[in-house]
Amino acid sequence: MTAQVMNRRSLLGLGASLGISVSFLGTQAFAASDGDLAKKKLVVVICRGGMDGLSVSPPVGDRDYAALRGSIALKPEEVLKLDDTFGLHPELKTVHALAARGQARIAPAIASPDRARSHFEAQDVLETGASGVYGAETGWLNRTLEALAPVRRVEGLSVGTTAPLILRGKVQAASWSPGKGVDETARLPTLLQDLYKTDPLLGPAFARGLETETMAQQAMTAMAATPAMNVAAASTPATTAPAGMSPTKANDRQNRQGSDAARKLGSTLGGFMVQAGGPQIAAISLDGFDTHAGQLGQIATRLSYMDAVLDGLHTGLGAEWKNTVVIAVTEFGRTARVNGTGGTDHGTASTGLILGGALKRGGIVGDWPGLSQNALFENRDTAPTLDMRGLFKGVLTDHMGVDRAALESKVFPDSAAAKPVTGLV
Amino acid sequence: MGNVATSRKGERRLSLPSKDMMAAIAATRFGLGARPGEIEAAKADPRGFLTTQIRRDGADLPQDDGETSADRFEQMRQYQQQKKMERERKDGETPANAAAPNTPAAKAARRDLRDKVNDDFLARARLGANTPAAFRERWALFWANHFTVSSTKQITSVLIGPFEREAIRPYVFGGFENLLVASSTHPAMLTYLDQAQSIGPNSRAAGRRGGKGLNENLAREILELHTVGVDAGYAQADVIEFARALTGFSVGRDTEDRVGQFVFRDNAHEPGARTILGRHYGQGDIKQGLSVLKDLAADPRTARHVCGKIARHFVSDAPPPSLTERLERRWMDTGGDLAAVAKALVESPEAWDPTPAKFKTPYEYTLSTWRLVGAEPSAYERLAPILTGLGQKPFSAPSPKGWAEDAQTWAAPDALIKRMQWAQGFAAAVADRTDPNVLARQALGDRLTPPVAKAVSRAETRREAFALLVMSPEFLRR
Repeated sequence: MTAQVMNRRSLLGLGASLGISVSFLGTQAFAASDGDLAKKKLVVVICRGGMDGLSVSPPVGDRDYAALRGSIALKPEEVLKLDDTFGLHPELKTVHALAARGQARIAPAIASPDRARSHFEAQDVLETGASGVYGAETGWLNRTLEALAPVRRVEGLSVGTTAPLILRGKVQAASWSPGKGVDETARLPTLLQDLYKTDPLLGPAFARGLETETMAQQAMTAMAATPAMNVAAASTPATTAPAGMSPTKANDRQNRQGSDAARKLGSTLGGFMVQAGGPQIAAISLDGFDTHAGQLGQIATRLSYMDAVLDGLHTGLGAEWKNTVVIAVTEFGRTARVNGTGGTDHGTASTGLILGGALKRGGIVGDWPGLSQNALFENRDTAPTLDMRGLFKGVLTDHMGVDRAALESKVFPDSAAAKPVTGLV
Repeated sequence: MGNVATSRKGERRLSLPSKDMMAAIAATRFGLGARPGEIEAAKADPRGFLTTQIRRDGADLPQDDGETSADRFEQMRQYQQQKKMERERKDGETPANAAAPNTPAAKAARRDLRDKVNDDFLARARLGANTPAAFRERWALFWANHFTVSSTKQITSVLIGPFEREAIRPYVFGGFENLLVASSTHPAMLTYLDQAQSIGPNSRAAGRRGGKGLNENLAREILELHTVGVDAGYAQADVIEFARALTGFSVGRDTEDRVGQFVFRDNAHEPGARTILGRHYGQGDIKQGLSVLKDLAADPRTARHVCGKIARHFVSDAPPPSLTERLERRWMDTGGDLAAVAKALVESPEAWDPTPAKFKTPYEYTLSTWRLVGAEPSAYERLAPILTGLGQKPFSAPSPKGWAEDAQTWAAPDALIKRMQWAQGFAAAVADRTDPNVLARQALGDRLTPPVAKAVSRAETRREAFALLVMSPEFLRR
């Protein structure tokens, strides 16, 4: 922990107890000298449970797809078309609308270096950015904050009550989830800060919590004033749901409520990020992707939520969308073949989504290995052609301006084999 | 302590703290937070206070409706049947508009089931808030989390309460193998991890039910989470072989006599011998899966994996290796006798380090606050919102791995703010009837530090003092 951080923390503590947020003052000084880089934003969406890439971007043009997928295969006319091979899942309307503008791309065979097919091990590897399990104890987004610290102060934020590994480490990142605000008049926060001042865990975390709460009030106030701008609704014609997937009315209502909440979450996160001194790096987790049985309905719901989060984020970021890259990845994909229970089991490569106004137009990212029997990994899974660390590295250098040497030595040590994917922005 | 010789250079001292300090540790770290008078009662013999809570017939059963998983299974089936019938009837009337049932009967049935699940949770929380044998309860909670079943599926959600009563609590001080078998054959686990519908591809049932087949979910999680652990060196082939061995493990359907209970379906069992972790299993029926479970339970890698978890749960996110080794040795010496392992934990000097290293999970934290004032949650609605807000929604562990137990997960900035807000609300409800200075001594005993004692005594109001106490670094930890 550097002296700089400690000093800043004590300042933050003071600021929070006085009801002001010192980080606003802290970063503005950089903004002037640092130009465009100070505005660049990165959001990482972690889809937990092993998201089925072949459902996210069904390769309906691949000649082996329909046979492998059997009862859970989507028909070419059901998907939202991307190119001759790939479509997007019908629930990914926002992603599709953005893709049409060149602001969303897919990486259809991306994977972490882990091959154990264990959720927990693979999520650890995804989040630590190490080459294997137990390779690191801190998250790569946190080490990114650390690597950027000598150049410019960048704030990190996770959405959710608990801190995900990807943002854990030496730099205290903020976390936020919807809740009620802090009573500014009570003495309690100040007294507690005093009790926590020698506590290395509670002191920084509590100070950051108070500061974030102040920001949340502003983010939500700002959102209330912004008219909703639903990119998917604006640019895709209403389509009827494909047969066999139409949910019942009760499910429909529940899904709509879930989608509304997800959209609100995304837009609030966007609201955080557009504030001066707000976080430029954020992580958000979506769960429920472990579709061993009855996959069709389950994944449709999950993807509709993801789409709503992305829609909300796009709206909440407003004009700042042009400075943003969003990456959505999962710990592993699923088996190419449908299993005996209408689902799929733990696999290897999956689809990653790359979105944002900062993107350059282009086709798929990484190679498509195809689904022929020889091409499958261990005669079972989509074969990985792209190490996701390469994607992360490319975006961190090209978009966030992370120094190449620091990237290789600090953020992704031991990743020489994963060449940065350049030219995305 | 005869084990001082194992101490290496730089390892923590192995002498024990004072009896007063040990009494405070017994109630807060091993237990669920001190109730009024609990620390005082433990002072004479802090270790004996814990070891007398270990008993062969298992953990206490919450005072709930006592329904079995078969009862619940049947109720859920009836509800689903009713829903289906109503949907079909509606389909008949307006075929183009197949709506979900919104009839009062279906709604009432669904509400009834939901209330039962909530009651299960409340009953467990009340037991935790009231029990004088809180080490026993913590031990049971540890095993319930080790063998997590979560309400991701409707059918599983109504079985979680019965699962803990039937498959966990009776076995937590017996042999590990019995616990493993009880968990792996319980309808809650069989539905949660999709085992109930897994069918051997070459079994007789596979021929009749086209498109149905193997599901490897339970097999994988038993290996990875319940027994040998992910770093044990098994391969995908072991997972599949184990999944084949487990085919036939299922839950009785409406048309069978054991509705909602474990059944072994011979015609779904994959024929043939299996090889798992280098061992050969030639049996042709339920004995095959049971033999694998027996070997997994006896495997030294299981002892290491599970004892590491026990040490992390009770003592520290990074426990001294000597503690894990001690537990592991007792496990192997006794063939996985969990009462002996619990006793070894209490006997281990490493477990009595005065530094409170464990950050309470939301469930532990809220329960300890009720215990502090000698009360219990009066309704599900008093408990569920705060647990959900803090990221620990009742009966909804995020994955088969169960709830995380480390400080990094739970001491996030947002979570601390939410705990503070909740503490303020709790204080507003109860603090005016208390003497916070007395409460601080009762809650923490010798663990109360001068800064916290001072802050409590200097607070402007009882409410402020109460909130400071339950938000103090010592009370947030154990």
